[in-house]
Amino acid sequence: MVTFLQQVLNGLTLGCIYALVALGYTLVYGILELINFAHGDLVMIGALVSLSLVRTLQGWGAPLPVALAGGLAGAMGACVLLGMALERLAYRPLRHAPKLAPLITAIGMSMVLEQSSALLWGRGYRSFPDLGLTHSLALGGVLISPLQGVIVLGSLGLLGGLLWLIQRSALGRAMRATAQNPMAAQLLGIDTERMITLAFVIGAALAAVAGLMVGAYYQVAHYTMGFMLGLKAFTAAVLGGIGNLSGAVLGGILLGLLEALGAGYLGDWTGNLFGSNYKDVFSFATLILVLLFHPSGLLGRHAPEKV
Amino acid sequence: MIVPLTRFRPLWMFLGILLLPWVIEGLLGRGWVRILDFALLSVLLAVGLNIVVGYAGLLDLGFIAFFGVGAYAYALLASPQFGLHWPLWAILPTGVLVAASFGVALGWPTLGLRGDYLAIVTMGFGEIIRVFLNNLTAPVNITNGPQGITMIDALHLGTWSFARPHRVLGIPLPALVGTYYLFLLFVLLALFLSRRLEYSRIGRAWMAIREDEIAAASMGLDTRRLKLLAYALGAVFGGVAGGLFAGFQGFVSPESFTLQESVMILCMVVLGGMGNLRGVVAGALLLAFLPEVLRPLGGWQQHWFHRVLIDPSTLRLLLFGVTLVVLMRWRPEGLFPSRARAREWHTS
Repeated sequence: MVTFLQQVLNGLTLGCIYALVALGYTLVYGILELINFAHGDLVMIGALVSLSLVRTLQGWGAPLPVALAGGLAGAMGACVLLGMALERLAYRPLRHAPKLAPLITAIGMSMVLEQSSALLWGRGYRSFPDLGLTHSLALGGVLISPLQGVIVLGSLGLLGGLLWLIQRSALGRAMRATAQNPMAAQLLGIDTERMITLAFVIGAALAAVAGLMVGAYYQVAHYTMGFMLGLKAFTAAVLGGIGNLSGAVLGGILLGLLEALGAGYLGDWTGNLFGSNYKDVFSFATLILVLLFHPSGLLGRHAPEKV
Repeated sequence: MIVPLTRFRPLWMFLGILLLPWVIEGLLGRGWVRILDFALLSVLLAVGLNIVVGYAGLLDLGFIAFFGVGAYAYALLASPQFGLHWPLWAILPTGVLVAASFGVALGWPTLGLRGDYLAIVTMGFGEIIRVFLNNLTAPVNITNGPQGITMIDALHLGTWSFARPHRVLGIPLPALVGTYYLFLLFVLLALFLSRRLEYSRIGRAWMAIREDEIAAASMGLDTRRLKLLAYALGAVFGGVAGGLFAGFQGFVSPESFTLQESVMILCMVVLGGMGNLRGVVAGALLLAFLPEVLRPLGGWQQHWFHRVLIDPSTLRLLLFGVTLVVLMRWRPEGLFPSRARAREWHTS
């Protein structure tokens, strides 16, 4: 039972991070019907930028909260700028091109981001500075580190704020209108280009937060880390129903739980033949199964392809 | 009567291609013949991916996985790993079958959906196949993990080994040149098949799907089956290239089959011109020689700055990314486009 609860907690932590990244995919997909392959790499940039900033600030003797806030602000700034640049330079000129074009551009952009990071931060693994938040408390046998608490509460707060923004505010209404029918939205006076940029900006900002969290959680960052993370977050978005915000959150948390429990138990059940070394396969198998049996996801509606 | 030389252009070209390895060996040394052999494998891969991306318009981002599947099929059937030593003519059809079934199994769930799903599923598959190659060591050691499989039998037909030099009609034939002719044979076969497919009923159906899937479906085309066929055929080309690669190199390890390699092949197809065989071959050759052209860069940097500022392999991958973005923005039809494809890109 304790092991189970422990894995649930670990899965929840991981799932919150997936949810943050999945929102970035789903926001952009909801409006543009475009899979932004480079989104996972924004998380990587967020992790590496915050790593460098936190380390530098700590080196100057800044206290932990200041260093963290500085790292987060820097990472958000970098990711938001990159996200906007990505949209403006790579995707906007191809808005009316055949579908293959933005997909190929996206994969090219992901390559550019990865290799530029390899140039800036080197090809090796960079260890994340110790935040002193990993000293675990035992709660009835379950170990909770303050970092896990910060990750779960922080991301739930962010997710709540975002849902409020999209569902309740005027800005969110404009965004939803753009997603539903860009032409009609434009006729009603909504600046749809701005809404599209906004989707990229919000996604990028969440990616930066996720980057900092994932870097601090695993205490390591690497220029290719965005790839697997992006793939999993995309799976989460599809699982929840791509284009649906609450779906992305639900999918993220479910996928995190699935992965943690799978990694924790499958090895025991199969006599260590098929254990945690296959954990990256779980999310992929989930993706295939969802696509096969219920492609619209848990909360998504079936959207017929537009002519 | 004077016959203009151009009348024999195909003949001259053919002679040129036959003599190419000898010229390259004479001018640049034997190492370059090896590079040329690998370049032919790249051409084979690019021609395969062209069926998927170029003809049918489906983005496959894990194409290298089929190359890997073919390579491991050859490695397992012709090495001390299982003590099997099948001949080439038995391995190739097996490899073809395995690669095609992987293609079908993966394409199946996604082909009813939008094209982007295929892209991300293939991308995931490319990575997952590596997880399996790295871990399939228990309960039976199949892939030998990250170390890979070594001592793979050299490519051979009967008693003729392509790893040894021979004498043909008194002329010494180095091993690498013999391999060149073998690979050339496969490339020509692939080009022939591809060309025949392009102008067949199936090829025209693929192009209809590429241009407008909904319109194609309303004309009564079974788009799902046709897309699956393109996908499986592409996988077959990739699998054959993988088998040849394993036999040529003598060892395989999971590290040869990364996303970067998939992107490289995609880049070859896009650069040359999707859907146009001549362009795809040119793109493949161009990019296959790129690392060799960039190689001295490290030495120059060492010389001028006393340290390597930009690692040539990072630079190469960076160039691939930039190439894809720039081409899609300004010249989506590629450097050597086919006329039909160019029209498509510029009317929508």
